[in-house]
Amino acid sequence: MENPFRFFLACIAVTFFLLTLGASSPAFAQEPTPNVDDQVLRISKNLYCPVCTGVPLDVCETQACAQWRALIREKLLAGENEEQIRQYFIAQYGERVLGAPPPEGFNLSAYILPVLALLIGGVIIFWTTRTWLKRPVSTNTPATVPHIAPEYAERIARELQARE
Amino acid sequence: MALAQIAEVGNLTLALGLAVSVYVIVAALFSQFKQRGEFFASAKHGIYVVAALATLAVAILEWALITHQFRFEYVANHVSSDQPLLYTISALWGGQEGSLLFWVWLLSLFGAAVLIQHLGQRNHLIPWVIAFIAFTEAFFFSLLIFISGPFVLLAQTPVEGIGLNPLLQDPGMFIHPVTQYLGYVGFTVPFAFALAALVSGDLGYDWIRTTRRWALFAWLFLSLGLLFGMRWAYVELGWGGYWGWDPVENAALIPWLTGTAYLHSVMIQEKRGMLKVWNLVLIMLTFLLSILGTFITRSGVIQSVHAFGVSSMGPLFLAYIAAVLLVFAYLLYLRLDKLQEENRLDSLWSREATFLLNNLIFLGAAVATLWGTIFPMISEIVVGKQITVAAPFFNQVNGPIFLALVLLMGVCTLIGWRRASPQHLVRNFLPPFAVSIVTAVVLFVGGLYDVYGLIAFAASAFVLTTVFLEFFRGTRARMRMYKENVAVAHVQLVNKNRRRYGGYIVHIGVMLAVIGIVGSSFFQSSLQQNLAPGEEATLGPYTIQFQKLLMTRESNAQVIGADLIVFENGKQIDTMRPQKAYYPAADQMTTEVAVRTTARDDLYLILAGWNDDGSATLKVIINPLVVWLWIGFIVFIIGTLVTMLPDPREAKARARVRAERVLVSA
Repeated sequence: MENPFRFFLACIAVTFFLLTLGASSPAFAQEPTPNVDDQVLRISKNLYCPVCTGVPLDVCETQACAQWRALIREKLLAGENEEQIRQYFIAQYGERVLGAPPPEGFNLSAYILPVLALLIGGVIIFWTTRTWLKRPVSTNTPATVPHIAPEYAERIARELQARE
Repeated sequence: MALAQIAEVGNLTLALGLAVSVYVIVAALFSQFKQRGEFFASAKHGIYVVAALATLAVAILEWALITHQFRFEYVANHVSSDQPLLYTISALWGGQEGSLLFWVWLLSLFGAAVLIQHLGQRNHLIPWVIAFIAFTEAFFFSLLIFISGPFVLLAQTPVEGIGLNPLLQDPGMFIHPVTQYLGYVGFTVPFAFALAALVSGDLGYDWIRTTRRWALFAWLFLSLGLLFGMRWAYVELGWGGYWGWDPVENAALIPWLTGTAYLHSVMIQEKRGMLKVWNLVLIMLTFLLSILGTFITRSGVIQSVHAFGVSSMGPLFLAYIAAVLLVFAYLLYLRLDKLQEENRLDSLWSREATFLLNNLIFLGAAVATLWGTIFPMISEIVVGKQITVAAPFFNQVNGPIFLALVLLMGVCTLIGWRRASPQHLVRNFLPPFAVSIVTAVVLFVGGLYDVYGLIAFAASAFVLTTVFLEFFRGTRARMRMYKENVAVAHVQLVNKNRRRYGGYIVHIGVMLAVIGIVGSSFFQSSLQQNLAPGEEATLGPYTIQFQKLLMTRESNAQVIGADLIVFENGKQIDTMRPQKAYYPAADQMTTEVAVRTTARDDLYLILAGWNDDGSATLKVIINPLVVWLWIGFIVFIIGTLVTMLPDPREAKARARVRAERVLVSA
């Protein structure tokens, strides 16, 4: 393999192969039907306390959250599914019950800005390294070659040989 | 002395602290502009005086806390007489006023330490350094005097104090703020030197060399702050995790990210004389983000479980940050001609180029985290909508960025300085790549089907292999050269190049932590169930049998626990007791989880609730591999300490620089 680029392409190809292999693999085996308490846990884990910002409903200690958990339980027993309960909470308390803002409207900027920052940074690096690479070679040669004592030069050669 | 007089002494101490700090600024600047050495000597004395005054203020507040002087508003709010002494002492940094005083105290000690470090040396940066430290001290003294005073007296003495927030009454919370603040405050010193370098125009590698250990020290303590914070969240908050992307956690992570980028990119300036402007910008960012972190933690500007108070500090903090930013930008503009790169890039296949990429990704992670942290505020201002930006957002946005970081960690190590030859690249890449593929295949065959999990574990295997190969090659060379045995060769390898191999040890620690994080976040399983005495719940290999509820009383809390017997694959292995504690003084309930740790997984039990019929609601969580996160942190810390050890080669280099200076001046 003379060309490192080809080698990298090969690496990427193998990675993608593994990815597709993983994606097409059978999903996790279905767990036995969970009890109601467990379902409450599962649903409240993905909802956020509307009072104390940033705390998931399943761990929040406030009285309000205990009531909301009880509400989820009631709704489950009444036969509602997870999506219906979710929609109910969004309708009641707004998007802040979700852990991540839905990517629409102004919320999009939350997702776009980090990617944009990385892209701009990448362009700057690309541009800078190009100008660095283009500069004449002569600027790189130090004005004076550092003097190396002969015994050190010999030792370096020896150690290099030992590493091979 | 009457209590009122003691409070007056406290206030006077702060006022004197402010006055002397301002004097130090003026004297240090005067000594430079007018070339008057005696003013510099006086400014140095001022730095020691400020340290003494801040120490006195801390001593007064600690005395009031320990002796329960409830007429002090701060004492009444943060201490109760039934609270353990340990948490009475730590109440100093448990509230806003106290922790700001703690901040300025640490800074005043660091200022004195910098002077002691340079005793008998002539370093023309020092006057500027102490001027900036004094400026920052003056800022914090102003906050303590005008906004948030720790020595405010109540009109009447309450019979009893409110006590420290029960959540903070944990050994982890005793140590976490201390380490966090040592890290935050520590970055003031390297930034002060960077600023001094800009002012003086001496923009070589000197300011970085002088502050290398300070930067590492601050970074180490930021890391320790993260560790203790995570550990505290894991055992005390009782939700089964250690990182919730809470604003205050993010505020600690962001300067750590930019600081890590800085520690890497200064190596390029050291070795190749490049990235001079960038390194200045990075240390500026790290310092200002530390200030911002202090502000976010202590102001309540962003709603969070950590923010225990709201006050009017915002405009002052913003003014300070803006002032520093303006001065920095102006100086940078003045000195741009002196910041020319000494070298050019030889190839894109070089350590330099991969380090640029590393910096890009660290900064990208910092931007993403910061943006997500302040986005709820921005959304409310711009479109007037309240939204939550929590773990799901950060996992989605930061997950891929951190994965890229892990991959780059392996690649960086493999690509040499200046220019890597294609043959070298292939030879270096092949073994770790093979190992990572084998890892992925083995895990897949073993039943692990999660794509991100597979990629992350394969990437960890890649990085670990590269680091082990570095050790293997180095050790083999030593064994051949010096006829040392394996153990001696390993020790000597690290010993002879502490910075390089210390860095590799840090990388091993990070990879172990990554394995723990991936295991516990991708493969966590949980179950919640209501159990009557004698009933069982089963999750994975574990079966938990509920015995009975148990009430006990501790000094300042009522505790209810659930007695449990734990079986693994049908065999009894342990008994555990998760608890809830009620603190009447604060009218607050805390969760005391029960955790059983093995190398494979943590069994994490929470008493979620109980009923009058004697039944209990249990939450059972299995966190796979989480112990490797803590082990990784310990390895990480050892590695950092190794890089901080005095390096004989560095001492030689310093001696040479000093000798050259003498020769030039002679």
